[in-house]
Amino acid sequence: MTATKLSPMRVASDGWVVAKRNVIKIKRVPEILVFVLISPIMFVLLFAYVFGGAIDAGAGLDYKEFLVGGIFAQTVVFGATFTGAGLAEDMQKGIIDRFRSLPMARSAVLIGRTTSDIVYNVLSLIIMALTGLVVGWRAREGLFDMLAGFALLLLFAYAISWVMGYVGLLVPSPEVINNASFIVIMPLTFVSNAFVPLESFPSGLRQFVEWNPVSAVTQAVRELFGNTSDAVPVPDVWSMQNPVLYTLIWVVIILVIFVPLSVRQYRIASSR
Amino acid sequence: MIRATGLVKRYKNTVALQGLDLVVPEGKVLGLLGPNGAGKTTAVRILATLLAADEGSAVVAGVDVKADPMGVRAKIGLSGQYAAVDEHLTGYENLEMVGRLYGMGKSASAARARQLLERFDLADAADRPSKTYSGGMRRRLDLAGALVAEPPVLILDEPTTGLDPRSRQQMWTVIRDLVSDGATLLLTTQYLEEADLLADDIVVIDHGRAIARGTADQLKAQVGGERIEVVVADATRVDDAARALGTVAQGEVQSDVSRRSVTAAVEGDGAGRLMQVLQNLRDAQIEVLDVGLRRPTLDDVFLTLTGRTAESDQSAENEKEEVPA
Repeated sequence: MTATKLSPMRVASDGWVVAKRNVIKIKRVPEILVFVLISPIMFVLLFAYVFGGAIDAGAGLDYKEFLVGGIFAQTVVFGATFTGAGLAEDMQKGIIDRFRSLPMARSAVLIGRTTSDIVYNVLSLIIMALTGLVVGWRAREGLFDMLAGFALLLLFAYAISWVMGYVGLLVPSPEVINNASFIVIMPLTFVSNAFVPLESFPSGLRQFVEWNPVSAVTQAVRELFGNTSDAVPVPDVWSMQNPVLYTLIWVVIILVIFVPLSVRQYRIASSR
Repeated sequence: MIRATGLVKRYKNTVALQGLDLVVPEGKVLGLLGPNGAGKTTAVRILATLLAADEGSAVVAGVDVKADPMGVRAKIGLSGQYAAVDEHLTGYENLEMVGRLYGMGKSASAARARQLLERFDLADAADRPSKTYSGGMRRRLDLAGALVAEPPVLILDEPTTGLDPRSRQQMWTVIRDLVSDGATLLLTTQYLEEADLLADDIVVIDHGRAIARGTADQLKAQVGGERIEVVVADATRVDDAARALGTVAQGEVQSDVSRRSVTAAVEGDGAGRLMQVLQNLRDAQIEVLDVGLRRPTLDDVFLTLTGRTAESDQSAENEKEEVPA
């Protein structure tokens, strides 16, 4: 007896149906969004006004201008926790039994979740850009580069979503997810050039910062938004010289590893 | 339509199923009856491809659950003990989503959703998030979800557990309609009454294996018909009460000194037998606290088949016809 297989079209359409379901939930319970969207605003304001005076971004560059690119990167990484929490919550709900008893793609629950979180990321980027504009940030390289910058952020966010989705499937309950993701996210975002210039890190840590994908995304959007200054030279390492390409390589690596890993974990987690 | 052979499922510390065989012919209803933890849900999850058996095989609607789980899923509708609906979606959105995930087209899913909401008396609540629904409405919505693609095989896992009596009645009506439409149905339940009402055949399971099978009538013949239960005021007179009951009852008299009660099965005219017992008790001058005539419960089935009670909370199920003593 041969096993029934689903076409790639069905996989995509099932993923879309699940994504639609998640978006409806955002509409019905907007409170979830409010709290998640407030944190990036707080970050912009805190860093701009509390640390803004203490941190020197380099000659000729305003720290606030320097900061916003970093906050963009940090926010999409933090936002991926949303994916993990959403999946961890789904796994506890009876609806998963319904999904599993239906002749639908196994990966649809994951594809749907990561896809609907793009909506969330778009919203949070819009709010952050507006907050950035208020504190003095500008995109100075034109519309095309600006859109490319946001597209790169969304792509990176999508990849990180799969990482946190995997974590969400590993944890026993949604309450654990925030702490679990903290362990990954804090070092990734703070040991990067998101908040302080790369040169300020001591050797050893500095090499980690240079090759940290969060640094690459940050560097890439700073360049695409024109938030750089000749007074702050780009370090002479390949990752920082080619931040867009380096980011895209990371996106591919993450997806190649974490998509199959998450689908496998979904099977294990859902058959408990 | 369903044929399971030698199903075994082990967990770390327990064996949930130890060689269970089940057969449900096309258009028939099989009631899987047992207390909590007997292995009913495990069996259902294996047949619905949610769980893999450690040993044994199962074929559902001609498709092997192990070799082609996706093929099985296309042919079954599952409705579980915990309503598998999304609480943030409306009733309509839930059903439409399920239709799409069965691979139905947009307009077909929409039409089917409306039709089912109408049929299950949910049309008025169709556009409200399902978290505003009552327990009974949620179960009906869940059952509607199982019917979206008109699957040839239905699997209902304890469809009425936890429902209030009125919702239970409604659910029974709905399921009976399905059955008369010719559905092939596997139904699990803790309630003998429910299995009696809905199932053609009943398999009683305990500790993961079948301990009895047959029609409701065959099982009842084993257990005996109605039972008379007498509670006396004075614990020292329990034995006398047992004698008074024994002359009328057909089955063995069970005495429980701590509860000061005696119970026995009677055949034929239950009310008439009850009058006789009351007369005997009066003649023996035994003070009676409570006396009742009730139908056999799962506890009685278990007591008869295994010599012990089902250990599940059946107190609400003891439908006593109270007679003033």
